[in-house]
Amino acid sequence: MTIWFRPVIQASLQIFNMNNPSQSFVKFEKIDKSYDGEVLVVKNLNLDIAKGEFVTMLGPSGSGKTTTLMMLAGFETPTNGEIFLDTKPISKIPPYEREIGMVFQNYALFPHMTVEENLSFPLEVRKISKPETKEKVQKALDMVELGNFGTRFPAQLSGGQQQRVALARALVFEPRLVLMDEPLGALDKNLREQMQYEIKHIHDRIGITVVYVTHDQSEALTMSNRIAVFNDGVVQQLSTPDILYEKPENSFVAKFIGENNTLNGVVTDVNGETCTVELDNGFGKVKALKINVNEKGDKTQLSIRPERVTIDSTNPESNNFEGKIQELIYLGDHIRARLNVCGNDEFIVKVPNEGSFSHKEGDLLNLSWNPDDVRALDI
Amino acid sequence: MEVTISTAELLTTDGTPLKQSLRKAERRNKLRAFLLVFPLLLFIVVTFVMPIGDMLLRSVDDSQINSVFPNTFNEYKSWDKEADELPPEEVYKSLFFELANGDKRQIGKALTRMNYAKSGWKSLIKKTTREIKKIVKKGEEPVSYKDTFIKINKLWADPTYWYSFNQMVNDRSSIYYWNAIDRTFDEDGDVALQDEKRRMYINTWFRTFKVSIYVTIFCLILGFPVAHLLANLPLRYSNLLMIFVLLPFWTSLLVRTTAWIVMLQQNGVINGILVWLGVISDDGRIQMVYNEAGTLIAMTQILLPFMILPLYSVMRVIPKSHMRAAQNLGAKPAMAFWRVYLPQTIPGISAGGLLVFVLAIGYFITPELVGGKDGKLIGSWIAYHLRTTLNWGLCAALGGILLGIMLIFYWLYNKIVGIDNIKLG
Repeated sequence: MTIWFRPVIQASLQIFNMNNPSQSFVKFEKIDKSYDGEVLVVKNLNLDIAKGEFVTMLGPSGSGKTTTLMMLAGFETPTNGEIFLDTKPISKIPPYEREIGMVFQNYALFPHMTVEENLSFPLEVRKISKPETKEKVQKALDMVELGNFGTRFPAQLSGGQQQRVALARALVFEPRLVLMDEPLGALDKNLREQMQYEIKHIHDRIGITVVYVTHDQSEALTMSNRIAVFNDGVVQQLSTPDILYEKPENSFVAKFIGENNTLNGVVTDVNGETCTVELDNGFGKVKALKINVNEKGDKTQLSIRPERVTIDSTNPESNNFEGKIQELIYLGDHIRARLNVCGNDEFIVKVPNEGSFSHKEGDLLNLSWNPDDVRALDI
Repeated sequence: MEVTISTAELLTTDGTPLKQSLRKAERRNKLRAFLLVFPLLLFIVVTFVMPIGDMLLRSVDDSQINSVFPNTFNEYKSWDKEADELPPEEVYKSLFFELANGDKRQIGKALTRMNYAKSGWKSLIKKTTREIKKIVKKGEEPVSYKDTFIKINKLWADPTYWYSFNQMVNDRSSIYYWNAIDRTFDEDGDVALQDEKRRMYINTWFRTFKVSIYVTIFCLILGFPVAHLLANLPLRYSNLLMIFVLLPFWTSLLVRTTAWIVMLQQNGVINGILVWLGVISDDGRIQMVYNEAGTLIAMTQILLPFMILPLYSVMRVIPKSHMRAAQNLGAKPAMAFWRVYLPQTIPGISAGGLLVFVLAIGYFITPELVGGKDGKLIGSWIAYHLRTTLNWGLCAALGGILLGIMLIFYWLYNKIVGIDNIKLG
């Protein structure tokens, strides 16, 4: 049947597959990629994507995420390793035979064709009959709510509409999976957020596998089932959005996803899952979760989320510190306070605006945090 | 609900009408804009509009000869060619006095004009004028002017001379244009083919078209891949390649054309290499220059940059992602090129094509030098008449036809592709 009736079956498959990596639909195995034989853009990439999953590759520019996507689409060849799609190696299959849809960064709509012609192009090259093409094109346009725009040229559409046409074109030939290369990068903020939900809903509805590339963490958090955080050609962490945010495994992920306060120190004691860290310059000791350190004497960077710091209350066990207010920014629902804590001038605390906060810049605040909210990571 | 439409004129805060106030405010800007373009406007009017206007006027102008023989031509028009073999007595009489009393210089000019219509006029009139002046000096009045003329020279009894007057008797005449396509006026003033030995323009026109079209096609075939390469190579390579494309612009046209002669002639470089390779025998050297082939080869090379540059400027802005997108959607590379890339280069193809064709159709130096006898284009005829025969009317008509053809092409282009699609850089 057509993709429009897949969601029910897909939804159940999705749950099954996500917990079963051996059933992976897309599999990157030991992928290396170098353009010049001197620098590796992607290093030993191993990645499994289940059928129906929405996986985002997130990372700063130059981290290898787009290269990875292009290898999957067939426009770049891996220097080493193999990519499997539906258990079959695809390195030798040219892009036009891969049956993978793609939404390009600047949409790549063909300017000399109308919206309808753009959408029928992939069906025409597959020699699908005229009436069927017409029907599929109309369905795809209706899906992105552009049913009446078929006869327009791309230049006559707004950025958001072009984006939807690009999306419809990537889906109209019922590809095995869809790749999206920063598809919302050119839109303004409001439209971007709106399109995030729309893409997410379309994904939920038709249950197609999506591999999405972005450098915008909030976009990744909003849309994805799982996120692969890229840096320096290596996947730093691959996990669901909540785990990425709450349990980052290294300091890059902690810094890249969400806001993050850091304190540097040396491990002085290890006790099972927790450890004690002596802060640099003698600012005191912090109890923290042992995540990315091994033994006594290791240097570490502590990571604390701003919203996990409480003010004007003391913790009976440990982790009580003083902070001097450097700057207060009024943001309506909360007040953002920049403090100097243990020598760190950029320590951020979010104070809920409950009407009782009366401190001024220069005041000293009592801060405390729970050891479970502090993660001792690499430096 | 009742809708009231205000008919009152809009006023500014100060109470003056809005339109008037706007005009006043914009006047200074308009004046400044006009003054800025004025020098260029003046330059174009003086160096472009006026000469072309003058040329177009010249191509239909026959007033000089009409001011020399006004009465003769007037009487001539009443000659009934069906009834009488020769013109009536009055024609001879008018001509007699106009030759006897006319200004020598003006008659000289008119004679040149008459010779274009029929060769032989010049010597005939010169001889006759001498005799007429003798008769006038003696103070005799001829009984029959016709007989007197025929006595002076029996060619005056040849009606074909008289028929050629048909081409000149009007102030404004289309005869030059007809001449330019090997047509003339017959005895009744109707359009007819020229004598066989005077037909030379039609063939040249056809050759001009053929060569221009071939040159345009060759330029496209050769230029398209180069432009594509230029647009897609990394910058440092494409800059180097661009220098090779532009190099011809920095070399004298004459030098380039002469270089082609050196290359192509029978004892030239290419024939030499072919003989050395054994492809052709020493006495089977190919004639590649001083004929149409030479014109084609040299003009293609010289006009190639005019095709490459517009193509390049269009190709440069076609995003590379389009070819990828087409392949991603399932099109093989050839299909992707044909359906997605090529249609987007049409503004460049048509701009380059139009430019090369228009330049080729009026080209002169190269065909003149390498064209030999059967490789000359219409530009050579224009130059010939301009410098050698001084038949400026015919020059102007040939130029006018060229201009007309270009305008027609421009119009067609606008109809088919749309002039706002043109892209030169």
